[in-house]
Amino acid sequence: VSSTPVVEGPRVLAGPVRDRRRARRKAARRRRALVLGLMSPWIVGFTVFFAYPLVSSAYLSLTHYDLLSSPRWVGLANYRFLFEQDQQVWPAVRNTLWLMVIFVPLQVLFAFGIALMLTRARTGIGFFRTVFYLPALAPPVAATLGFVYLLNPATGPVNVILGHLGIEGPLWFNSPHWSKPSLTLLGIWGVGNLMIIFLAALIDVPRHLYESAELDGAGPLQRLRWVTLPTISPVILFAVVIGVIESMQYFTQAYVAASIATGQAASESAVNLGYPENSTLFYPVLLYTQGFRYFNMGYASAMAMLLLAVALTVTLLILRSSRLWVFYQGAGRR
Amino acid sequence: MKRALVVLLLAVAASIPLGCGGDDSSDTSASGSATTDKTPVTITFWSPFTDREQRVINTGIAAFEKKYPWITVKSVGAITADKITAAVHAGNAPDVAAMFETDNLGAFCASGAWTDLNDRIDADKLDMEQFPQTIRDYTAYGDKRCAMPLLADAYGFYYNKPLLAKAGIKGPPKTVDELADYAKRLTQRNPDGSLKIVGFDPLLNWYENVPVHWGPMWGATWMKDGKSGLAQDPAWEEMLRWQKRLVDWYGYDKLVRWQAGAGDEFSPSNAFETGKVAMILDGEYRTAFLAAEHPELQYGTAPHPVSKPDLYGSGFVIGTIMGLPKGAKHADAGWQLLKFLATDTNTLAELSNGLHNVPSTIASQDSPKLTNDPKFATFLDIFANEKSSTQPVLKIGAQNQTLFTSFIEKWQAGRVKDEDLHAGLENVDKQINAALEQSGGEVP
Repeated sequence: VSSTPVVEGPRVLAGPVRDRRRARRKAARRRRALVLGLMSPWIVGFTVFFAYPLVSSAYLSLTHYDLLSSPRWVGLANYRFLFEQDQQVWPAVRNTLWLMVIFVPLQVLFAFGIALMLTRARTGIGFFRTVFYLPALAPPVAATLGFVYLLNPATGPVNVILGHLGIEGPLWFNSPHWSKPSLTLLGIWGVGNLMIIFLAALIDVPRHLYESAELDGAGPLQRLRWVTLPTISPVILFAVVIGVIESMQYFTQAYVAASIATGQAASESAVNLGYPENSTLFYPVLLYTQGFRYFNMGYASAMAMLLLAVALTVTLLILRSSRLWVFYQGAGRR
Repeated sequence: MKRALVVLLLAVAASIPLGCGGDDSSDTSASGSATTDKTPVTITFWSPFTDREQRVINTGIAAFEKKYPWITVKSVGAITADKITAAVHAGNAPDVAAMFETDNLGAFCASGAWTDLNDRIDADKLDMEQFPQTIRDYTAYGDKRCAMPLLADAYGFYYNKPLLAKAGIKGPPKTVDELADYAKRLTQRNPDGSLKIVGFDPLLNWYENVPVHWGPMWGATWMKDGKSGLAQDPAWEEMLRWQKRLVDWYGYDKLVRWQAGAGDEFSPSNAFETGKVAMILDGEYRTAFLAAEHPELQYGTAPHPVSKPDLYGSGFVIGTIMGLPKGAKHADAGWQLLKFLATDTNTLAELSNGLHNVPSTIASQDSPKLTNDPKFATFLDIFANEKSSTQPVLKIGAQNQTLFTSFIEKWQAGRVKDEDLHAGLENVDKQINAALEQSGGEVP
């Protein structure tokens, strides 16, 4: 735009050139205003619900803040307490890691498996798709209450049936060894959303790839390994990233299960959280407890900042590793 | 565009300190009694009560409005501590607030979210000796008295009379040794060895089996010289060893399995109400649930068994608390309501009859208006007992109880060796003290 040569004397054309420049600047300003105007809903949403809480948390993590009086600057004291003194942090981290390492892969595998079976079904696909998707519609609190009832060690139908078979069922939500597997069962049961995404991806795999592989003599397992998995690998990446982030935010089910399984009244105190024996004390549960039950919001903010850093690092690592195993058809690159 | 976003973010960052902490400048300082100022005023009273209980509370408020006709009270129920926190933070707090969570008082008092009432108490020459020591303890944080009691809860012992008679036991146990003996004699097992009726469930973190309620049975104390002193008081170790012996007699897994089928605490399927457990530790409010849900149950009440004879008759006392939140617009009128609901003998008796809670002053224990019920009278005696005790008021809420309970869960499951008990308690103390220090240090 600015390369237009000016051959006449500046004195003669100075006025029109200035006017044109002014007009261009005005038009650019108008464009910027229009862009800003069109983006303003996003800017407001981003500022209020993301930027402000994020910057606020970062600031509060450096203060002692009890929710009731003004924050008091304490520097890195909250972080020192987090890394050096709080003995509940590492059990919470271990429990959360358990979710990331066992719960998430199982969820992805199960969703993928169901979707794969649905693509093979000849009749009743609509019925089975609905059946497997329906649990995803159950609110997390209601679903957890249902599972605590089903897996009640004394009166729950699962243990009653196991009892009829001569097997003494486990203590489920009342055992530190079984509480996380019980939550995993609950998670697998409600895997419908992921299953639908996998189903869409599987249906989208080009037929001709399977036919070519078949002509080359590939069996079902080889077709799965060399055709299906590479083709849907972006969806697997999505499922893993979302699953890992969700596992780092896992709260509602753990909160409800621990509160109900003790048989105590639902109280506002935090005595039951983590029951039994801190086995359901996940990182977000501890964060909530510190912030909203112990009036320790400064420390809870420091925990949140650490969570953000870990979530970012893990997500980046997964994305970086994805270069080795994710195949993008459109971009034509690995 | 980029510059615009950066400016926007900087503006947001700059605004943070303004957005936090609410308004510290609001003035709710004491101005003594406001009975001379009779300008009509409407005040707001937030309480956690709902439905029937709120209607009972409203009868007390009606009595207040009759005595102070120029003050109208807008009573709002179903208010949680979180809502009070948010309102104080936002600067739109009610004039008077009540909450069940006594654990929160330390934070509310230390931060000034509930104002110190000492000046008002002095100005009105309000005699605090009319309350038992336990109430004076749990309504103050150090020197700051930020709360007044709204009735109280006293914890004692309930026993199933037919089950005791069937086992040849004539009365409730008075010592913890008798308790263990009776518990075994009253327990019935199914043919497969599972528990059918439990004499006394010794697992902590179930129903009202929590350390604060059990501590008074052994006279155990929480704090020593401003720090957590669980390991320094041998009573806790004695309590935990007694408990573990009884748990082992039942079998830990068997007890957990039995508990899972025992029914929710606050429902008609409560294990004591349905006769699945013969003896429990519980608050006076259970008498109301029993009357409403299982009037056919023949039961008795008594002080809980103790490890030392001189402790017999005492128990754990706690209760709902009320305060004047920072930013209250009509703090003087609010103070009149606070004082009235905490001290008016007739009103306390009426509220006690309606809510089946203990009236909070010593004088109200003898009110002729109080319904004469021997089962309930047990709790009045526990409440008035000089050796009854309460929990420490700390800035960290119930964190000390949570940390202790986490350790006890491992202990009762057999995951802590007997020889490691003392070291385990020392570690709990260490965690609690670290939390106290992290919360701001000072312990009153």
